[in-house]
This record gives sequence, C-alpha cells and structure tokens, in this order.
Amino acid sequence: MLKIENLHVKLEEEDKQILKGVDLTVEAGKVHAIMGPNGSGKSTLSYVLSGRGGYEVTEGSATLDGIDLLGMEPEERAAAGLFLAFQYPVEIPGVGNMTFLRTAVNAQRKARGEEELSSTDFLKTIRAKAKDLNIDADMLKRPVNVGFSGGEKKRNEILQMAMLEPRMCILDETDSGLDVDAMRLVSDGVNALRDAGRGFLVITHYQRLLDHIRPDVVHIMADGRIVKSGGPELALEVERNGYADILEGAA
Amino acid sequence: MTALDDIRVKEGVDAETVDAVKALSGTYKHGWNTEIEMEYAPKGLSEDIVRLISAKNEEPEWMTDWRLEAYRRWLTLKEPKWAMVEYPAIDFQDQYYYARPASMAVKPKSLDEVDPKLLETYKKLGIPLKEQAILAGVEPGPEDRKVAVDAVFDSVSVGTTFRKELAKAGVIFCSISEAIREHPELVRKYLGTVVPQSDNYYATLNSAVFSDGSFVYIPKGVRCPMELSTYFRINAENTGQFERTLIIAEEGSHVSYLEGCTAPQRDIAQLHAAVVEIVILDDAEVKYSTVQNWYPGDENGKGGIYNFVTKRADCRGARSKVMWTQVETGSAVTWKYPSCILRGDDSQGEFYSIAIANNMQQADTGTKMIHLGKNTRSRIVSKGISAGRAQNTYRGLVSMHPKAKNSRNYTQCDSLLIGSHCGAHTVPYIEVRNNSSRVEHEATTSKVDDDQLFYCRSRGMDEEEAVALVVNGFCKEVLQALPMEFAMEAQQLVAISLEGSVG
Ligand SMILES: Nc1ncnc2c1ncn2[C@@H]1O[C@H](COP(=O)(O)OP(=O)(O)OP(=O)(O)O)[C@@H](O)[C@H]1O
Ligand SMILES: [Mg+2]
Repeated sequence: MLKIENLHVKLEEEDKQILKGVDLTVEAGKVHAIMGPNGSGKSTLSYVLSGRGGYEVTEGSATLDGIDLLGMEPEERAAAGLFLAFQYPVEIPGVGNMTFLRTAVNAQRKARGEEELSSTDFLKTIRAKAKDLNIDADMLKRPVNVGFSGGEKKRNEILQMAMLEPRMCILDETDSGLDVDAMRLVSDGVNALRDAGRGFLVITHYQRLLDHIRPDVVHIMADGRIVKSGGPELALEVERNGYADILEGAA
Repeated sequence: MTALDDIRVKEGVDAETVDAVKALSGTYKHGWNTEIEMEYAPKGLSEDIVRLISAKNEEPEWMTDWRLEAYRRWLTLKEPKWAMVEYPAIDFQDQYYYARPASMAVKPKSLDEVDPKLLETYKKLGIPLKEQAILAGVEPGPEDRKVAVDAVFDSVSVGTTFRKELAKAGVIFCSISEAIREHPELVRKYLGTVVPQSDNYYATLNSAVFSDGSFVYIPKGVRCPMELSTYFRINAENTGQFERTLIIAEEGSHVSYLEGCTAPQRDIAQLHAAVVEIVILDDAEVKYSTVQNWYPGDENGKGGIYNFVTKRADCRGARSKVMWTQVETGSAVTWKYPSCILRGDDSQGEFYSIAIANNMQQADTGTKMIHLGKNTRSRIVSKGISAGRAQNTYRGLVSMHPKAKNSRNYTQCDSLLIGSHCGAHTVPYIEVRNNSSRVEHEATTSKVDDDQLFYCRSRGMDEEEAVALVVNGFCKEVLQALPMEFAMEAQQLVAISLEGSVG
C-alpha cells in the first residue's frame, strides 16, 4: 500500500541531507513500527510523506497504492487516504474543534466526489467517537488544541483519525506524554481501525505502546536510513539494550 | 451528553459558511450592474445642484437653507491628508450628485408599485423586500427574527418593509427624505447635533448634498420588535453616493440596526461619503452593525469605491449604551472611525471591527471613544487583516476628560499579515485628563502561520479554505458580536475577500 523507495531528502533552505535513502513498504492490513534515536529523521519522513513545505526530495519515490504521493498537494494526499497524527499538534485559535473536523471531513468527501455529511450524521458520529476517546463536549467546542494538555492533544489527533477514516495512518509519537489510561484509549482507538484494507506506520520510542498495538514489523531508523527491520522482538531488544548494539551491527 | 446538544447552533454557522464559501467562485460577487433608465442631475457641484437635490426631495425651506450653509462652508475647507491612504485627486466637479431610477420619479405608494427591475436587483443581492422573508443565507426557522429593510438605490430609497408592524410599536423607520417631510420636528431637533455640519470635509459635503438614507425613531421604553436594516447599492456610473442616517433612541429603548453595502465592478473609482448620527438617551441601547462590501477595485488597484464615512453615536443619557460592529472588506480606500461620545454618566461604548485589505486596498479605520461622563466604559476590539499589497491602519483615539472620573477603556488591537508585501499599522492616541481613569491598550501583529495552514491541509482542506478558517478564527470575537444573520454573511465575506491572497 505505502511504498517508499530510496528516498533522499534535504532541507530546502540549507544544504543539509536528512533522509539518506529510506526504503520501506507497508502492506494493507499491517502495522509497521519505526523506532530510532532522536534526530534520526522519523518526523521528517512523516512530514515529507504528508507534503509539508521546507523539504526537497533529491532522489527516490513514495507511492500510495501505486500513485505518486510526492507530486500531490497535502490536501490531495489526505483525500487519497493518508493521515498523519502530528508529534506536535498545531493550535488554531478561534476555530472550534468541531468546526475544524467538520470542515475537514466534508473537504475530503467533496474531493472524492462524495455527498457531504449532514450535520445530524456528523454530530452522531463525532459524539460516539469522542466518547470512546474520553473527549468531552467542552473539548469539542474549544478552539483546536488551544490550551489542551499534551495528552489531550494526542487524543484529539486520534479523534481526527477516527473521523477521517484514512487508509494509511502515520502516528508520530502519539504515545509520548500519555498517561496509562490515555495510552489504552489511544491504542484501543488504533486497534478499532485495524482492518485488512488499512495500513499503519507507528513512530515510537517505547515498547509500552507496542504491547497494546502489536506491530507486524519493527524498523530501526538511524541517520536518515532504515538500518534494521524485524519482528516485534526487535522493539524488546531496543527496550533492553538501547540502540548501540543495533547501530554497530548495522554499520 | 446533553452538553453536546447546544453546540449545534454556533458550530453550525461555521460549517455552513465554509460550505457556502466552497460553493462560491470568482472574487467580488456583487460586481454586476442593473440596466435601468436613470435620471441624473447635471454633473458637478454648485448651489444650484444643492437646491435641485433639495427640490427633488420636496424639502421644506429650512432644510434647503441648512444644505446651502453646509455647501458654503465646504467651499472653504481642504481635503484632509493625515490618513495613511493615497489616491488620485478627486475632481468634485466630475461627479453626479443625484441619480435616481426614472421609475422613481413618482413615489411608489408601496413596494408593489416599485419597478420589478429594482426589486430584482435586491433579490439578486439576497436582500428580501418581501415582509415574511429574512436575510439571505438563513433558512427561516420558528425562532428567526424578522428584519425590516430600507433599500437605497443610488440616490433614493426604493422602499421600506414592515412599516405598519413597526408603527404599531411606535417605531418610525423610513427614508430620511421622507422623515424630513413627515417628521420635521424630530429631524430638525436632532440632525447635525452629533456630527455638526462643520465636523470634517466629507461630513460637510454630505450635509450639502446627501440625497437619502434611513431614519429611525424608537420611542421611550420600546424594544424594537425586529432588526432594522438598510441596504445601500451604488449602481450608476460616475455617481457619488451621499447617504445620511439618523437614529434616535429615546429613554429606555432598544434597537439593533444593520447596514449593508455593495456596488458594481467599474474601472473608474466612485465616491461614497456617508454620515451616520445616533442619539441615545437614558438607559437606551443601540447596536449598529455594518458589513461593508463596496467594490474594492481590481487586483491592480483600478476602480473601486472611495469610502469616506463619519459615524458617531452620542450617548447623551445616563447608562446609555452603544455597540458598533463593523466588517470592512470592500472599498479601494476606507476612511472611517465610528465613534462614541460617552456624555451620560455610566454610559458605555463598544467597538468591534474586522478590517480586511487585500490586493491594492487601503484601509485607515478605527474609532474614537470620548469619555465625558463619570464611570463611563469603553471597549475596542479591532482585527486588521492585510494581504496582497494592501495597507491596513488602525487609528484609535481614547480620550478621558477631566470630569470623566473613574472611567475605563480597554483596547485590543490585533493585526494579521498574509504574505510579505502588505502592511499593518497601529496608531493609538490616548489622552487621560483625570487621575481616576484607566486606559489599557494591547496590540499584536502576527503572520498567518505556515504550520497552521499545513495542519489544515493535511486534514484535507485546500489552501484557501485553510486561510479562511484560520482568519475566521482570528476574527472570532468580532464575528460573535454580530447578529446571527450577518455573522454568516460576514464569515463568507472574510473568505471571499481573501481569495487569491495565498500561493
Ligand atoms: N527545518 C529544519 N531545520 C534544521 N534542521 C532540521 C529541520 N527539520 C529537521 N531538521 C533536523 O533533521 C534531523 C531529523 O529531525 P526529525 O525531527 O526528523 O527527527 P526525529 O527522528 O523525529 O527525532 P525525535 O525522535 O527527537 O522526534 C534533526 O537533526 C533535525 O534537527
Ligand atoms: Mg520526531
């Protein structure tokens, strides 16, 4: 489903190479996890895939179901089914969380040539999904992410994902900053979406999340490349021994 | 989940607006022109023209004299140059000062007699001239309030709705020309007492040549049973529009008044110089909302309306209250400072403003809060948005006079820049002449944040939708101050006026 080949990315403004040949394929129905030291390029990869400005792809490709992602506008990628749960969700003062979500849902539906969701249907759906994530009415009314706690922001990202029902979900450190209960809510949210047609790429630093969301494949990223891939046991190894051994082995 | 139920109302507005914005294409949507036979006074300005306007309106002699006095004074004045706006010199002799549809030569007795072409014009603008209807864009529901409309087309009022129903409550709502004929005692008592003839260059010109506008009188203790509104349409070429509005709120009365403005797309700039006077007596309250959407000119600054407006409310009575809310999206040049004279003790003035300048537009706008009485309060919330190569200036005066003991002002002035070729300027003037009053001023300037836009786009919104959403968020406090019917129109306008501002 998501296929990344030999992806090289530098910063637009300066001559700094960040991704140095990433190869990665996520099949439909599978959950892939990426771990790796700080600054290894994990967030950069997720940003480049979703179309954030400021980066230049110098080599390689990324496709979603065979369609070139890199040539599309961010909103076209979203309509094609790509979703990124941000490591640092952005605040939008004055814009109600519900308004934001409804605008997003209908924009995507329109781009796909579907009918817009009626306000009754939208409300029904969002109430049910918000309840599952323990998001209360107040949080839906408040401006997007403004004054939300770290954990609330992350739960809000998962609510957006649940509403938009993307086919390819990238989660960038959604577990960071979550308390134990919130971790379970978020994991349940992800697991509820798991199905044969959907792929996940979960970026995390901790084995803890992977106890809840069992990955099919674990990748280790270092210095802009995937240096090792394996099963869930690879995450346990990182948890026990850190990255030193793996990086040495890969070098 | 009861708490969720009440979300629907407010959130619904936003979502529907965004839908409506998506459905609209092109930029200025009111730029079309009505083909209609017009009757003009000869071009240029002279005592004869002033007399002619007065005669067309069948005015009494005192009114003609009042105009002539203003005209003579105007001849001695110079155009003010202090505002941060630049425009080619206006040739006041190269304008028409009076233009009315030929069909209006004989005053229609009711809306049924009005030329269907005129009625069609307002229908196309979404302004209902039928009495059961309300402003466009809102599905009438059981709890929807009615809106009475005075429709002004070039120099004349075409008609006013709901007059009978209003009359039952003792409210007078009619064109000013009619008020001069039918209620001379009220007009004579109040006209020019808030904005004197000598006030400023454009106000003096207006006093000489105003042709029509609206008149509102709310008697003592009456809460006006519906919103009142005036809709101004400039249609004729080379014609200035000079309207005059007078609102009188007697003791303990209450009224909410709306004003809307549009004009066709023309290559040659057109002049608009209005005067609005509001008199508010003890315990009365007036809410005045404007959505100004005159044609702004094209992206190179060709054409558009030059909008020089003097609006002032005099809170004469104790505990009287005025609230100005304005959404200024149109005009090539805007020069406008709705002001509050807080004369009565414990009176209050509020000013909420959104001023958007895109492409080559120039806006110099703000307010004046003149505190004269004790314990007076004022609040200013100004949101300026600049895009393209536009210049947007907030100019605000807060003055606490020696007798205005224990008075307060709070000013919040935020500017948002879109792109790097536009400008935002804040010019506050503060005078405090007693030591028990307090003035607070906060100002911020920010840019539309790329991360915010990317966040919206990564959720599926296109760039213009994203900008509209972020900007509407920036203006939220002011949009919320508008009556419901206008809030939707205003949100759409915010989005439309910024089309093409990014990318
Ligand atoms: N706009 C930028 N300007 C300068 N350096 C940048 C920029 N964006 C990314 N980098 C650098 O690129 C490298 C990779 O950053 P990235 O955020 O992708 O790392 P990460 O793997 O997500 O790290 P973490 O685990 O800490 O979240 C870092 O060294 C970072 O400083
Ligand atoms: Mg990161």
